[in-house]
Amino acid sequence: MLDTARLNRLPAAPGVGFKPQHFAAIMEDAGPVRWLEVHAENYMGDGGRPLAQLRALAERFAISVHGVGLSIGGAQPLDKDHLARLAKLVGWLNPASFSEHLAWSSHGNTYLNDLLPLPYTNATLTRVAEHIDTVQSTLGRPMLLENPSSYLAFAESTWSEPEFLAELARRTGCGLLLDVNNVFISSVNLGFTPKGYLDAFPLSRVAEIHVGGHDHDADDHGAALLIDSHARPVAPPVWDLLADVLARTGPCPILVEWDNDVPDWPTLRDEACRAEHALQTGAVG
Amino acid sequence: MTAGTGNFANAVLHPDAALPAGLTDGNGQPAGRRFNVLRNNVASSLGEALRTGFPVITKLLGTENMKAIAAMYLRAHPPRSPVLSAFGTDLPEFLAGLPQLSHLGYLPDIARLELALRASYHAADAPALDPSRLTELSPQDLTEATLSFTPSLRLMRSRWPIHAIWLRNTQDDAPKPEAAPQDVLITRREFDPTPHLLPPGGADWIAAVSNGKSLGDALDIAKAAAPDFDPASTLAILLRGNALTSLTLKDQRP
Amino acid sequence: MSNTAKTLAVASAVAAALAAQGTTATAQSKEKCYGVSLAGQNDCAAGPGTTCAGTSTVDYQGNAWTLVDTGTCSDIDLPEMADGTEREGSLEPLERDLPA
Repeated sequence: MLDTARLNRLPAAPGVGFKPQHFAAIMEDAGPVRWLEVHAENYMGDGGRPLAQLRALAERFAISVHGVGLSIGGAQPLDKDHLARLAKLVGWLNPASFSEHLAWSSHGNTYLNDLLPLPYTNATLTRVAEHIDTVQSTLGRPMLLENPSSYLAFAESTWSEPEFLAELARRTGCGLLLDVNNVFISSVNLGFTPKGYLDAFPLSRVAEIHVGGHDHDADDHGAALLIDSHARPVAPPVWDLLADVLARTGPCPILVEWDNDVPDWPTLRDEACRAEHALQTGAVG
Repeated sequence: MTAGTGNFANAVLHPDAALPAGLTDGNGQPAGRRFNVLRNNVASSLGEALRTGFPVITKLLGTENMKAIAAMYLRAHPPRSPVLSAFGTDLPEFLAGLPQLSHLGYLPDIARLELALRASYHAADAPALDPSRLTELSPQDLTEATLSFTPSLRLMRSRWPIHAIWLRNTQDDAPKPEAAPQDVLITRREFDPTPHLLPPGGADWIAAVSNGKSLGDALDIAKAAAPDFDPASTLAILLRGNALTSLTLKDQRP
Repeated sequence: MSNTAKTLAVASAVAAALAAQGTTATAQSKEKCYGVSLAGQNDCAAGPGTTCAGTSTVDYQGNAWTLVDTGTCSDIDLPEMADGTEREGSLEPLERDLPA
């Protein structure tokens, strides 16, 4: 197994996505939470409360900086201004981990604020690998790349997603962030089995795991379409899938994501307790 | 059709645009309305960012009106940066250009006030001047001294009663706004920006001090605009807001 | 204003401001946040699925949009000060903006 300590310094323990409204409650009773993830773009201001809170959190918790706006999967070169903002944040904070998404969000000067899908071809593979190289050389550290949640597929794709991610990790030396909720969502939406996906996934490269809640919708033909809403508790089949993953990977940092209809802190802390239970059960089993 | 191309981005942003070719459900069927998930992610998240960024505008217009305006705005002025806290800077001019809102002439300035509050919130920190520094000086030195302000300070002048409108929509007991021009100073004592109503002449005085005029020269300028101006209350707002960062004596200036 | 009068005016204003600042500092130490902290947060979650305003083809065309009266604008009556004409700040739908 790959030494994931080279890829990040997060503890193999529960973490949560930090929300400013939870600051005081987390400082008072973090429960099993030992690390926090923040979205890089929310900490790119010059000062004030966001950076002061982050500074205080970093004294108590390991921090994962999770970018959502770099557009690593985009057709155009990375936004140099944005990369500079990111380098400034990572240089100042020296977080335990930096991660981004296999997705794109910018075209020209327009930022679309969504993690948009890309076809998996030799051409996109080359381009995304170049972008990862640029990020890693700019930040002076390896990054983690996260698998997306998918609602549609590209007829032109010639690579499967796990193989595409495996080849990216091989070429760039980056680690992978396995979002188990995304695997489940994509498996339902695109009609494959999570087991087949995980069998092809380079689990030795996984240095962090995400779980989160999803919503239910339907496509034109009435087929189930799951939406990656992060607006509710983690669904039972996702906890089951997490247990399967942990049985294969061993202990790993696990993040609970809850971004919409954010609950009070005790509710989110309970979700972190479930992640801790999964870690303990997986470690025993 | 490949990722990141203009067609895909255009179709995500504009629901009446044709769907990009070659998208499937993973099993050979056309993607169809699955593409709408992406459209809705973009429109709803940007609309939400606009509503949270302009809570008073949203309250003034009502959520339904604001949703419709956001839907128009995000297509006319989509974000230029991935940093969403910078989204919405063109909203004042956009509101001013909507004929349906022409009878609500104060809206653009309220939007500017909300942008200024947000800019203040994210501005750099700076250690405040120790107030005792002011007590150590002779009247003559004070009059010739200059002051510098913290980066989170914002000054806004309006021909509308923007402070009264803002208060009316953020505090339960605020009175109904009366027609009057108002100047507002935003201070950030620690982390929370607060708008203060300035007396006549206060904005002239702040602007003059900000431009490097001595306290005495700034007083001349402010009195030319408002003969009864006394800088005490304006200076008290600055001191309470930790808004002064340094004082420079005449003989310390280049 | 003479230089002496100006010097006195500045000095007394500074003294008054310092006195006022000293007496109200405690009351000012806890300020309200007014929701600025939640403005424009980036996240990586998806929105409301396949059906919402994001797919409407009419709601972002300016000439097809009319105000509905739900906000607090209707509570504020301010005369238009730019051109001197008096217009009420109410949210009556503007009939002339309806499509023909």
